[in-house]
Amino acid sequence: MAKKYVGQRMTRTEDPRLLTGQALFVDDVDLPDMLHAAFLRSDHAHARLKSIDVSAARERPGVVAVYTAEDMGDIWQPGPPLVSPPPTVEDIVFHSRTQVPLVKDKVRLAGEPLAVVIAESRYIAEDALDDIAVDLEPLGAVVDLEKALEPDAPVIHDDLDSNLAAHLVQQKGDYAAAREKADLVIKRRILIDRGTAAAMENRGIVAHWDEKSQHLTLWDTTQAPIPVRNGLAGMFGLSPTQVRVIAPFVGGGFGPKIMMFYPEEVCLTWATMKVGRPIKWIEDRRENFYATNQERGQVHDAELALTRDGRILGLRDDFIHDTGAYDPYGLTVPLNTQCHVLGPYEIPSFYSDLKMVFTNRPIVSPLRGAGRPQGVYVIERLLDIASKELGIDRVEIRKRNFLPPDVFPYDNQIIDQAFVPLVYDSGNYLPILEKAAAMIGYDKFVKEEQPRLRAEGRHVGIGIVCFIETTGIGPYEGARVTVETSGKISVATGVGTQGQGHFTSFAQIVADQLGVSPRDVRLVTGDTAEFHWGTGTFASRGAVVAGNAVHAAASSVRAKVLKLASKVLEVPEEELELEDGQVRVADAPQQSISLGELAVLANPLRGAVEPGTEPGLESTDYFGPKYGATASGAHAMILEVDPETMLVEIKRYVLVEDCGTMLNPLIVEGQLQGGVGMGIGSSYYEQLIYDENGQLLNASFADYLVPTASEVPRVEIAHLETPSPLNPLGTKGVGEGGCLPVPCLFAQTLEDALADYNIEVLETPMSPNKLFELLEAARGAGRET
Amino acid sequence: MNDLFTVTVTVNGTQYERTVEPRLLLSDFLRHELGLTGTHVGCEHGVCGACTVLFDGAPVRSCLMFAVQANGHEILTVEGLGTMDDLHPLQEAFREAHGVQCGFCTPGFLMSLVPFLEENPDPTEEEIREAISGNLCRCTGYQHIVDAVQLAAEKMRT
Repeated sequence: MAKKYVGQRMTRTEDPRLLTGQALFVDDVDLPDMLHAAFLRSDHAHARLKSIDVSAARERPGVVAVYTAEDMGDIWQPGPPLVSPPPTVEDIVFHSRTQVPLVKDKVRLAGEPLAVVIAESRYIAEDALDDIAVDLEPLGAVVDLEKALEPDAPVIHDDLDSNLAAHLVQQKGDYAAAREKADLVIKRRILIDRGTAAAMENRGIVAHWDEKSQHLTLWDTTQAPIPVRNGLAGMFGLSPTQVRVIAPFVGGGFGPKIMMFYPEEVCLTWATMKVGRPIKWIEDRRENFYATNQERGQVHDAELALTRDGRILGLRDDFIHDTGAYDPYGLTVPLNTQCHVLGPYEIPSFYSDLKMVFTNRPIVSPLRGAGRPQGVYVIERLLDIASKELGIDRVEIRKRNFLPPDVFPYDNQIIDQAFVPLVYDSGNYLPILEKAAAMIGYDKFVKEEQPRLRAEGRHVGIGIVCFIETTGIGPYEGARVTVETSGKISVATGVGTQGQGHFTSFAQIVADQLGVSPRDVRLVTGDTAEFHWGTGTFASRGAVVAGNAVHAAASSVRAKVLKLASKVLEVPEEELELEDGQVRVADAPQQSISLGELAVLANPLRGAVEPGTEPGLESTDYFGPKYGATASGAHAMILEVDPETMLVEIKRYVLVEDCGTMLNPLIVEGQLQGGVGMGIGSSYYEQLIYDENGQLLNASFADYLVPTASEVPRVEIAHLETPSPLNPLGTKGVGEGGCLPVPCLFAQTLEDALADYNIEVLETPMSPNKLFELLEAARGAGRET
Repeated sequence: MNDLFTVTVTVNGTQYERTVEPRLLLSDFLRHELGLTGTHVGCEHGVCGACTVLFDGAPVRSCLMFAVQANGHEILTVEGLGTMDDLHPLQEAFREAHGVQCGFCTPGFLMSLVPFLEENPDPTEEEIREAISGNLCRCTGYQHIVDAVQLAAEKMRT
């Protein structure tokens, strides 16, 4: 059966609704008698709550209720850990400390919620926040990762001895021996700091408890409606069937829209049950900077041991990871870092000591890349430094260390974030790097154009880096496919959609199985009433895991269609084909029956359904991969720097991506371009700046610089494919690949552009200020040539 | 209690009269008083552009205006641009070029681009990028949006 739609650059079915302003986002939900919530948040990052007096707020006209932690009674409890520590790593230290709905005794981050006001309008609710009297006793704030572990550091969780949240070591081979044998050991300290997702839509919730029907409905900008539904049901003593969580159109996710639970999810649910009316809370942008999870603070002490011809003998990476005030997401992010430091390379010996620390900053949970960019940064920087010291070209040194294409599946012998061995399923790295180098004209630029430009006094650099990306992890997803009596197909799956085009790409999968147009496939995602088994949209897994579940369900329905049509048309199944919404006899196409008619026949009003069969043409199937599928790629760019203004201009940007079989290349390219855009932001323009008191100094778009169309260049994209052997479609994830290698590419290219200053970039995000400081230091040290 | 003011405003060709507080933002007025939720709110500090509407034909950030300032004026929102069955060429072009991912920033881009294309029916890529540099998008990396504008300009010229 030919693949007609999978692989096609189809425009998206959902676009007309989005383009005409008719798509429902959470803040568009408007229910009768709806009230509005606003949260009072702590100004201090670390403080004891001595007292809180909400009586004046309760008196304000238009205020219906004001609640504190005390009001919540037994419901008040720290959230469940979303991800437990990996059971498969020995000698692990892990302290689970999770966020609370409202502060009861201690504030651990600036912005932590102290009270919630429920009022007739958001304006009145915010007015009432000023009526609340709070007595906070400030404590010393812990912001610096290394200071957090010093013996006299203030302890954030009083029942622990220190701010150490976790400690684990992973190793393979014998790094100490490798180091002894090496001709060259590169050792560097690498600093990485935080950014935020800054999705265009802030978070929001509408919670509606209906007392008469004993049913809770939550509209929520979550990326994981099913765990939220199950968790809230458990927390509030409801059956999951009494709870419906709907993630409608969501304006960008990027990771931080997954939590179980955000304090607001618990507070709104509790409040709607108390007040008996629907309640809406929409985060504003300033709140988003404090109240939504962030990522990327780490300090690495990394070492690479090599032979004189650039072969890696071993790698050691000891690092501290900042988890923020709580660690509901376990070790997911730093484990990703630890794994991605290995890259697409053969590294016989490896040792990594990972310490996770609490700080008085917002909670860290995955943000596009989820720790991978940090690992990629470390290995690519070390290789770049080795390349300089050994006098081996940057492209050449990588080639010498690639895993060859015949080693797959390749077991890296350490544990990854999904608690299984880090196994690369497939890949072929050399052609990817060579293609990227060819696309950017690497050799010609280095040999001819760059010397000419440098002679003109211009600072133009070229960079090229590569990476692998683990994608498509389990545990599983599911889908239900149904042929309707109209002949149209309806599909439901549990993952949510935040712009990835599931409504189209998944429809393409179904269309190929059932011989219909993708436009006749109606897909629902992210509504627990339509599908309630699954986890969510994260870790570049939607296409792989949900996509393959959709494929499995569509295949099952195809089998049912053929079986029934064979009976009805009295023709063997092998002679039938599905096309244009019909089942036809291949050699006699006038003998046919439409899918809609078959669907009617499959659900008889008279007569019985045979034992062992089901009515209708419907199937629910699941897909649960044992390992993730390994995507890979290479990025290259040419960039010019003005060493007086520190402004940069990207002249060219190319990338080669291997995400296995592409469902829809148009959507894949959109994901890659968007990923590069976010990567550029996190490389040179975006950084969350905290002072020593844990105060965020740039909590607005005026000072946190999300790149615009002036900063993000055109990206030239090429695809190579090593289909994954782990799933029938051969897909690998691509949602995060665009942003993984951008910071290390920026570092390499900046160094190259400013080669006459001989700087080393070992920090990300970079910025014009930081670049200025590096150049000043170089000028001062007389290193400028 | 705050004083209330009567606002009479024409939105997408229909005249509305409402009584509102003077501090009610124009964005909230359009979305919640009039139920025109196509205009989105991304930052409420005038940087992201998601709330852009046309005010007497000129693009404004509705999050930085009060509803009472619109009294007696004409507003065009994305709902006035086209319908699902009858898309404006700009909307068609966004679809064909895959300039939409999550769709949250999209209405703001569209409303910023309508007057831009009126003034610049044949823009270069550089002119387009500058014209949209006041609108943030976190999903697309802008490339397909630029393609969409070039495609729309072409459609609208013929």
